[in-house]
Amino acid sequence: MTDWPVLSAVTFMPLVGVLLLLLTREDSAYGRRNILNVSLLTTILTFAVSVYIWYQFDSSNPGFQMIEKHEWLGTGISYHLGIDGISMLFVVLSAFLMPFCVLASWLSIEKRLKAYMIAFLVLETFMIGVFVSLDIVLFYVFFEAGLIPMFLIIGVWGGKDRVYASYKFFLYTLLGSVLMLLAIMAMYWQAGTTDITQLLAYNFPRQMQTWLWLAFFASFAVKMPMWPVHTWLPDAHVQAPTAGSVILAGVLLKLGGYGFLRFSLPMFPLASDYFAPFVFTLSVVAIIYTSLVALMQTDIKKLIAYSSVAHMGYVTMGIFAANVQGVQGAIFQMLSHGIVSGALFLCVGVVYDRLHTREIAAYGGLVNNMPKYAVAFMVFTMANVGLPGTSSFVGEVLTLVGAFRANTWVALFATSGVILSAAYALWLYRRVVFGALEKESLKTLLDLSPREKAILYPLVILTIFFGVYPAPIFDATAASVDLLVNNYSAALQAAQNVALSVQ
Amino acid sequence: MDTIIKAIVFLPLIGFLIAGLFGSSIGAKASEYVTSGLMIIAAALSWYVFFDVAMGHQEMIKVSVLRWIQSGTFDVEWAFRVDTLTSVMFVVVNTVSTLVHVYSIGYMHHDPHRPRFFAYLSLFTFAMLMLITSDNLVQMFFGWEGVGLASYLLIGFWYKKPSANAAAMKAFIVNRVGDFGFALGIFLVFVLFGSVNLETIFAAAKTYLPAEGAAAGEAVVTLFGMHLDKADAITAASLLLFMGAMGKSAQFLLHTWLPDAMEGPTPVSALIHAATMVTAGVFLVARMSPVFELSPDALTVVTIIGAITAFFAATVGLVQNDIKRVIAYSTCSQLGYMFVALGVGAYGAAIFHLFTHAFFKALLFLGAGSVIHAVDGEQDMRYMGGLRKHIPVTYWMMFIGTIALTGVGIPGTIIGTAGFFSKDAIIESAYAAHSSVSGFAYALLVVAALFTSFYSWRLTFMTFHGKPRASSDVMHHVHESPQVMLVPLYILGVGALVAGFIFHDYFFGHHYAEFWKGALFTSAENEVLETYHDVPKWVKWSPFCAMALGLFTAWYMYIRRPELPKYLAEQHRGLYQFLLNKWYFDELYDVLFVRSAKWLGTFLWKEGDGRVIDGYGPNGIAARVLNVTDRVVRLQTGYLYHYAFAMLIGIAALVTWMMFRSSF
Repeated sequence: MTDWPVLSAVTFMPLVGVLLLLLTREDSAYGRRNILNVSLLTTILTFAVSVYIWYQFDSSNPGFQMIEKHEWLGTGISYHLGIDGISMLFVVLSAFLMPFCVLASWLSIEKRLKAYMIAFLVLETFMIGVFVSLDIVLFYVFFEAGLIPMFLIIGVWGGKDRVYASYKFFLYTLLGSVLMLLAIMAMYWQAGTTDITQLLAYNFPRQMQTWLWLAFFASFAVKMPMWPVHTWLPDAHVQAPTAGSVILAGVLLKLGGYGFLRFSLPMFPLASDYFAPFVFTLSVVAIIYTSLVALMQTDIKKLIAYSSVAHMGYVTMGIFAANVQGVQGAIFQMLSHGIVSGALFLCVGVVYDRLHTREIAAYGGLVNNMPKYAVAFMVFTMANVGLPGTSSFVGEVLTLVGAFRANTWVALFATSGVILSAAYALWLYRRVVFGALEKESLKTLLDLSPREKAILYPLVILTIFFGVYPAPIFDATAASVDLLVNNYSAALQAAQNVALSVQ
Repeated sequence: MDTIIKAIVFLPLIGFLIAGLFGSSIGAKASEYVTSGLMIIAAALSWYVFFDVAMGHQEMIKVSVLRWIQSGTFDVEWAFRVDTLTSVMFVVVNTVSTLVHVYSIGYMHHDPHRPRFFAYLSLFTFAMLMLITSDNLVQMFFGWEGVGLASYLLIGFWYKKPSANAAAMKAFIVNRVGDFGFALGIFLVFVLFGSVNLETIFAAAKTYLPAEGAAAGEAVVTLFGMHLDKADAITAASLLLFMGAMGKSAQFLLHTWLPDAMEGPTPVSALIHAATMVTAGVFLVARMSPVFELSPDALTVVTIIGAITAFFAATVGLVQNDIKRVIAYSTCSQLGYMFVALGVGAYGAAIFHLFTHAFFKALLFLGAGSVIHAVDGEQDMRYMGGLRKHIPVTYWMMFIGTIALTGVGIPGTIIGTAGFFSKDAIIESAYAAHSSVSGFAYALLVVAALFTSFYSWRLTFMTFHGKPRASSDVMHHVHESPQVMLVPLYILGVGALVAGFIFHDYFFGHHYAEFWKGALFTSAENEVLETYHDVPKWVKWSPFCAMALGLFTAWYMYIRRPELPKYLAEQHRGLYQFLLNKWYFDELYDVLFVRSAKWLGTFLWKEGDGRVIDGYGPNGIAARVLNVTDRVVRLQTGYLYHYAFAMLIGIAALVTWMMFRSSF
């Protein structure tokens, strides 16, 4: 184990970068390069620390580790950090995606670069903070605060309808946040602590679980997003700059899933069990409905955004199947989707930077002059389809196995997603990449630049690597997931025994 | 031995990586030689393994490679399982693949994207080998979808052609419909047997035998609302797996992608859409024979679908004018034969036909490629004719392919072509089997044999005989293919002639038991192997008569009286159009699935998301709370900060409240 506060380091390291950025000046080409270099270096170092955490992580320990705890304000709220097998890899994922965001913004952000980079680095602190928090108030602060930089990124550096998009996001999120805040207060009232480790051990009464579950659900379902509160996502994605989309799809969508795993399932097992059919229904609707909607999109980013909603449907389905395969599959699917959807948005960014349109109809035949791009895009398209050998397959198949064990109807409908995903993804690929190169505007496009290769190739390699050899991820998550699932079934069993003895 | 098996599987992968990653730097020639060279080694090793495992006394071999998915009891690793069935597939896949690689050096000579083409071919071979060597269902699914990917890439190889792109997508998506069933089948097998590893499944399946089923009648699983006992659960699992097989092997209802797949280069059609990939469904059912054999109901379905496909595809093949499409429908039909054999429990006969079919169908496709090569890319037989004198070698090779496909041979003797042994064995098994649908299957198969003979000879006559119908310009340039294309034809030709004669005793005859060594499971009641020899004389002669009649009719209509087909087509216009348009399946599916999915997508998007969710959700609220149009400007400047501010106030309030509370 380490004796220095490594979790605090990884969380607040980006803020050091922010301090440095505040000292730089933006008004020259030299200053611009400084800003980019500082940001890139900061994010890479943060990622290095997160890898170190993975290296130091003891995967045989199902509980929390690398714990840091300090009292705060004498309120019972504490600055309590720690990670377990469920949260650790999300820290790595968040830190991993950031350098790509910086690289993707290298040329495309022309105004207010410094503020933009500051927003991203602050966002990184908040995101990592969410995953390492072991105090529910701390969690809430990070969870909600993360939205502010995201709002700014969409609202300031977004496309032409950015106001509508952020406004929609705001409306959806507001309700969820308020309810979650109330739920947190109620939990504190009941259990007398805000410490997550203690809350995990606390048995909430059945009636209360139901209300708390619903309140948390309101917040997490919006973040996920689950049908029918998903309509903010396509708009937000379309308006966000490329790097914003990457973070939105790659990390922010995972906050909801992480929340379900950290709070809903272990703290409110009875309610989770009670509401599982409800979640299954929404998940299945999300998978089929949004896949069909994705099919008909005319905007590349919207199509990918809708496909994200469908993929998150597998995640919620897997989580509430509440067996080892379902939960592990859900975690894997979230991590894999972080890489794949991030990569898909980066792919869109590559052509958007050249042509400044996201209309599918404006493209066609790119394979003729951008063969390297076509290959990278093909790999991610196949990953989006869930082809075995890519990381998406592993997550998808496990969530489906989990769902099949829980309820075969759910698995039946969810599996039909494999047909629909093939339809929309291949159709998109065909319209953008295949065909003859006929449009004048496309004829001068150049293939991937070295910078773009540096962005896409590592993601290609990872997508295939984790598809072929996902063991590192399973090793890290197995112990914690087993504990979670066992506690969950034990809680259900106990409740059942009580019910029987009462009769 | 372990190293040899790893080499067989991974050499094509290495070829793919070399040609795929470095193709542009090492050049087309080097890519061709590297991939083909590696394939030749793999093929040679495959024959070695075949003689060691199938013909020798080597036990089943298992090779572990790498961990894969481990989650709770769901434990899957990358591993190879080589028994007689796998070794037979090794030989089929690697031999045909090698010959196609070599042939393509000539056929694709003028194509600017040769490295990519050879990379795809090798990728396909690798995926196919992963499929056939798999020791669990998930790895099989990997290979299954992997060959689908390679097929998609190769059908759409000429990506500038819209028709090729459409065909590629169609192939992938229709296959996915089958995979949907396959995936559910895998899940059900996992729930039933607690594992997806073949060894465990086969061992557990034995306890499901009806004889020992003391607990039969007791529900073991609830599937889609039905409470299934052991027998029904096995049937359900078998049918779901069979759905995957139907997709991959282009069986009736899921067949529509195969004819369109002919948009790909012809060597691809020979390799993927005739000899290897499309037989994966047959392989799957044979591999899972310990499960299928326990479910007479599932086997009945397999028989019915197979028989309908054999008949249906043959009828469509009668009237097609595209030389490749005729052979494609023929493939579809022959796959139907194989499924009938599986359905009546004659697994050996099915794999035997798979084995011989690979030779003569690859021969026919590569021969057709040689014809197309000669006439400058023309594929319509109405613009061919009289090519026999110009390309005699191709003619004779196609002739061998045709007599092998139609099953020329003398019943009761061992004189005959490959198809004679394997197809007749299937027809006789269908007659002899104890299945309730054996009569139905037998009748359809004999009629299909008649049609097969007719369309095969029609193809030969239209292409090679009669007067040339191509333009004199084209006829002037007609040339025999180079040796690099002809040598693969010679090898396949030899196989098409003698493979049946040499191997019939092993696959489905006296040496059955020592050849298969239990790789194909047959239950105690399954006596097809014994009874199919003892069918009446007229049954033995029926395929021969059908073949002869088809030959005669084709000769009469296309040589003796060439004006007759046109006259008949006009006389029976409705029937002709029905067959020419492939029973209107494409049109039907277009309305049922494609258009309705698009309509539903638009509807859900505009109405569901747009009108209902947004209308009553954020937009509706906005309309009530404030007049958006008025205040957009103000919102833009302020509301983000408002929100941030509101949140901070919220947190401050919370903290304050807690401070007070804790101080009490």
